[in-house]
Amino acid sequence: MLAMEYRGPKRVRAVQKPMPEIKHPQDAIVRVLRTCICGSDLHLYNGNVPDTRVGSTFGHEFIGEVVEIGSEVTKLKTGDRVIVPFNIACGECHFCRQGMFGNCHESNTEATAVGGIFGYSHTAGGYDGGQAEYARVPYANVGPTIIPEGMDLDDAVLLTDVVPTGYQAAEMAGIQPNDTVVVFGAGPVGIMAARCAWLFGAGRVIIIDKQDYRLEFARNYSYCEAYNFEEIGDPVVFIKKITDWMGADVVIDAVGAEAAGSAMQTITGRKLLLQAGSATAVHWAINSVKKGGVVSIVGVYGPTDNLIPIGNVLNKGLTIRANQASVKRLLPRLIEHIQNGTLNPKGLITHRIPLAEVADGYRMFSAKLDNCIKPVMIP
Amino acid sequence: MEPNVVNTPIDPKQIPGWGVDADPKNDPTYPMRARMNVTQDPDPKHRPDTLQPVDVEKLRSIERPNITAVYGTTVPPMGLSGAIRRLAFKYSENRYRHWLPLIVADRVQVVEGILDDLVHGKVPNIWAEKGYDVEWKHNRSAFVTKMATIAAVTAGTIIWLNSGSKNKGFRRRDNQRRY
Repeated sequence: MLAMEYRGPKRVRAVQKPMPEIKHPQDAIVRVLRTCICGSDLHLYNGNVPDTRVGSTFGHEFIGEVVEIGSEVTKLKTGDRVIVPFNIACGECHFCRQGMFGNCHESNTEATAVGGIFGYSHTAGGYDGGQAEYARVPYANVGPTIIPEGMDLDDAVLLTDVVPTGYQAAEMAGIQPNDTVVVFGAGPVGIMAARCAWLFGAGRVIIIDKQDYRLEFARNYSYCEAYNFEEIGDPVVFIKKITDWMGADVVIDAVGAEAAGSAMQTITGRKLLLQAGSATAVHWAINSVKKGGVVSIVGVYGPTDNLIPIGNVLNKGLTIRANQASVKRLLPRLIEHIQNGTLNPKGLITHRIPLAEVADGYRMFSAKLDNCIKPVMIP
Repeated sequence: MEPNVVNTPIDPKQIPGWGVDADPKNDPTYPMRARMNVTQDPDPKHRPDTLQPVDVEKLRSIERPNITAVYGTTVPPMGLSGAIRRLAFKYSENRYRHWLPLIVADRVQVVEGILDDLVHGKVPNIWAEKGYDVEWKHNRSAFVTKMATIAAVTAGTIIWLNSGSKNKGFRRRDNQRRY
């Protein structure tokens, strides 16, 4: 089968690989119908996530048709078309039973700080991902959710990560009616977080990025104010100024490990890898939120240390909430939102790329070429 | 410090779905377990009934007692990079001596990957693997500038290193004469 293969920092290719096999009675094999390149994949692509092994196949955003099931799979049958959450979750462990499907304790042998994730390095379990014609899906009774009749496949594939992560970013922020919400990062997740902030009753939503084309997209898609941090001076001062010198009620970090905007963070976090990525966005978030406010983090960082102003968290009395999205928990509500027209995920997709051209797709997305917001691949 | 563009104020109530998920109980410190209506503490010892047989070398965090019920089987450790990874997994996730060797192993494996390609009669097409075709198409001037800079720095470094070794030689001969 054709599959994406990682060869080293900024080097990927499409190759022929063996078909995936059933390894556990609750496994299923799916034929991939749609798969995306995610902003988090760029952390792997750039070589910033430890234990990203040459020969791995990335891809944690995919939907597919079930072509084979293990002997203990009871909730799916061959031919079903399924949304596959990016988290691999057993549904039975201490954490899954609290709805923390992104923190499953029975899917990642290599680390305890993160659950298993498809195609996301051995730090996240060493599973091959869905940027391939076929993929192995463990715990098929738990994660995969049948695509509702009539749902557009482009909407469905964005339910695997982008929509739930954006939604959970807003949910974790504990938005109260008429709150001012600031989102750092106008990538697909940040745009969706800004859109979902309104669902929780926000009174004002502001998004900050450095790419004008992404800001323009966010302004239209998420109905929010959008500012280029390279043109507003110090973003923390700017946010204080436009909030009557109080700070935002809520700030969402939708950037993660590869933030621009601070030379020190860039050198130590992105170039020298002495931090778990550059912590610029979370740094700005802590400093621009009001006292007693909430910082919600969905931007992905690595497992090692980060330089962040923890003293300000204490002195300002902040609440910080952060997690990988528990996709399975959120899917029912998000499917409702799509079916009744409240959310329109496929509006984020700007590029369609054949799997054979995966190297070009990664380059285009990572270098932000051709006004790319979200690329989808159809194997 | 003025806004760089015109951001038109909007009445939130005009936005589809405004406030539909607002919940006064959505306190950020609200326990997830209560939100999920878990009525008793989950059993921390519970494991799935069936475990995936261990038939590949699987490195394991020393912060857990066992291999998880399912695991990924892709790219088992091998070669020099594998040896470095095995060493890294002797230490906990709490230590730099766990993570930094893994990053080193990743870089070592890149070289191993190129050698492996060559051994199998395949010359890696690094231009294509880096997606330079689209960079050339959509970002040509910046791409040319970047490549020219890299070439100039590389050439300068080579010239500097070569001239340095000659000077060293002269100095050594000088020194020998002097003493």
